[in-house]
Amino acid sequence: MWRFLVPVSIFAVLAAFFYRGLSLDPGYVPSPLLGKPAPEFELPRLKDPAAMLGNRDLDGQVALLNVWATWCVGCRQEHGFLVDLAESGAIPIYGLNWKDDRQTALNWLTDLGDPYVASAFDELGEVAIDWGVYGAPETFLLARDGTVLHKHIAPLDEAIWARDFLPKIAEQCGSLPCPLEAGE
Amino acid sequence: MMRKVTHVPGRILMLVAAWALLPATAWAIDPEPPFEDPQLEAQYQALINEVRCLVCQNQTIADSNAPLAADLRREIREMMGEGASRSEVVEFLVARYGEFVLYRPRFQPSTWALWGGPAFFVILGMVVFARILRVRMAQPLEGEESP
Repeated sequence: MWRFLVPVSIFAVLAAFFYRGLSLDPGYVPSPLLGKPAPEFELPRLKDPAAMLGNRDLDGQVALLNVWATWCVGCRQEHGFLVDLAESGAIPIYGLNWKDDRQTALNWLTDLGDPYVASAFDELGEVAIDWGVYGAPETFLLARDGTVLHKHIAPLDEAIWARDFLPKIAEQCGSLPCPLEAGE
Repeated sequence: MMRKVTHVPGRILMLVAAWALLPATAWAIDPEPPFEDPQLEAQYQALINEVRCLVCQNQTIADSNAPLAADLRREIREMMGEGASRSEVVEFLVARYGEFVLYRPRFQPSTWALWGGPAFFVILGMVVFARILRVRMAQPLEGEESP
């Protein structure tokens, strides 16, 4: 009896571990920021270096913060979707331009369209570190009080938007576009 | 005919000597000079060799040429230069990137199985071994005499 049971149970345990382990995506690293207040930041704006962009500009609205750069292929891939999303007026999109060249980034927005309410210019990548950014494009969904509701790493598209973002936005707002917080 | 030993020109000797005397850190990937305090430099090197580069996940940030790794090294260097302790830097990194950045995970409830696993299996193995021995020792020895 034991001769049969011991190897079979060892096999079952190993099989369960392998089934779980091998179906995980090692590229997916859950953000420790989820459910926490968004990290503080204040950076010069891409289009107007004299003006600053920071948390208080995002406060009071359900918004996206999209980390992008002109050297990032995935950003080029999702750009059309972001432009469409911005045009639909569903949600304000803010940009964090990560370790980029200002002029190249400005040209990119002129050529491909500018979906951003405003982009912050993070030349040294210091704010990106505070946000735990490691691979653009990354998109954060932020609540009115600045809580990080969701983080998506990889290009956005219609399907991911509908699956991962819309339900969380609906929880916050009930309807799209999200009404602004009273008094804003 | 006797071969005449030619003298190595002094200038080349000097170059070789200068090259041999270069500190190992001269080959580090960052332009910044090492910390003047060798103990601090050693702590810094030890730490960056334990932090995972999330862009290329099988490298440490000490190994990686990725721009993010360079940014993290700069950040860690700045923090340590300002007197941050090892645990403060680790806390800083984990708060932003999660436990996954640490190649040497901390001992906490979610890693008990990881740290305790090897000891558990060694003890399990010894228990199984002891039981097998006891069973075998209880058997008569006549089996040994047969060819």
